[in-house]
Amino acid sequence: MNLKFKNKQITGILTILPKRVVTFEEEMGNYNFPEKKSLRLKKVMGYNTHRVAAEGQCSSDFCIHGLQYLFDNGLLQKDDIDALLFVSQSPDYFMPPTSNLIQGHFNLKHDIICMDINQGCAGFEIGLMQAFMLLEQDAVNKVVLMNADVLSPKVSIHDRNSKPLVGDAASITIVEKTEEEKDIFVSVKMDGTGAKALIIPAGGFRMPCTEETAIEHEDEAGNFRSLNNLVMQGDDVFNFVQREVPPMIHELLENAGKKAEDIDWYMFHQPNKFMLNKLADAIGVPYEKMPSNIVENFGNASGVTVPTCISYNLGEKLEQASYLTCLSGFGVGLTWAAILMEIGPVRFNQIIEF
Amino acid sequence: MKEKIVEILTDLRPEFDFNEDVNFIEEGMLDSFDVVSLVDELESQFNIKINGTDVIAENFSSLDKIEALVKKSGAA
Repeated sequence: MNLKFKNKQITGILTILPKRVVTFEEEMGNYNFPEKKSLRLKKVMGYNTHRVAAEGQCSSDFCIHGLQYLFDNGLLQKDDIDALLFVSQSPDYFMPPTSNLIQGHFNLKHDIICMDINQGCAGFEIGLMQAFMLLEQDAVNKVVLMNADVLSPKVSIHDRNSKPLVGDAASITIVEKTEEEKDIFVSVKMDGTGAKALIIPAGGFRMPCTEETAIEHEDEAGNFRSLNNLVMQGDDVFNFVQREVPPMIHELLENAGKKAEDIDWYMFHQPNKFMLNKLADAIGVPYEKMPSNIVENFGNASGVTVPTCISYNLGEKLEQASYLTCLSGFGVGLTWAAILMEIGPVRFNQIIEF
Repeated sequence: MKEKIVEILTDLRPEFDFNEDVNFIEEGMLDSFDVVSLVDELESQFNIKINGTDVIAENFSSLDKIEALVKKSGAA
């Protein structure tokens, strides 16, 4: 589905990372594979270090820390927030919504819309789309979009498919109205028939966690995980991304009347370096315009990878300049989405630790 | 070209004989991570680019299939 918006802008991005750094080599011994093979994988996929939350730290804790930082530094005023979006697959509870808990923590005004959205890898684009829709209303002038995931506790330490790449993180993106009439092009696609390609089978109402669901089993490739753990059908996800994402990007560019080379940056979801390089080749983009260094330095924190990619690779530059940017996320759902928009100059574009 | 491919395959999985006429995927001689590593090695050794949409198990199931893929991807 193609959507178009005007008079909306991103005015700030803050990425919040856990302090704890875990290296690939530290965890390599947990995998049921020879060291040489694991190290080869590390090189090709671009795995190195990832950030992991401390025991007991939840997604909302990172959001609260980030919001407090913005309030304390005068970068955001509490009363200006008209909507609080929390995009995550790791809420504090099934009920109530985590966004309401965060609103309550800061005692924000009651004239506010709090909304949880269950999305993963495309969560930044879906969250932005929702923010743009809310901003169409006269009563909504500023939306705070929080992307956050702490999924590392749900990944088996014996799963080489997922453990080396999973990261925990949160981001806060401020989205608001602007007088400038620049077009924002959005493309969103979904296919629930592939939903089981990325899933945590147990823990919901369909299959509650029991002693039996906690028992680890070996898969065909030699990974061990239980039904309580995240499972990713890596081949299926890779094939889906290579098949679906390049045509979506080409269509988005065509709708905008742009060529691939007109775009300053391609800030994409960060599953691994191999997949991103293949996407860059298919879209016809030099690797320098599509950074692939997030999984290597911080891990893949679902919908947080795109804002992390912007914060890490552009930093203060984005506080001075404006770039025509193509954003894209793809994965859980299956969902794949892309946005073409001008970003910057923003008020802040930073990374902090918690 | 086939000799070079066998050399790369053997370096990846020294426990198997890749000259055998069997399906490498079905026999468990190559898993998905081997395929990714193989693509990386083939690209580097033959100076080619393999399309992402061609990185599917079927294309790595035999020596002939791998050779065809390498040729399709630009190797002389």
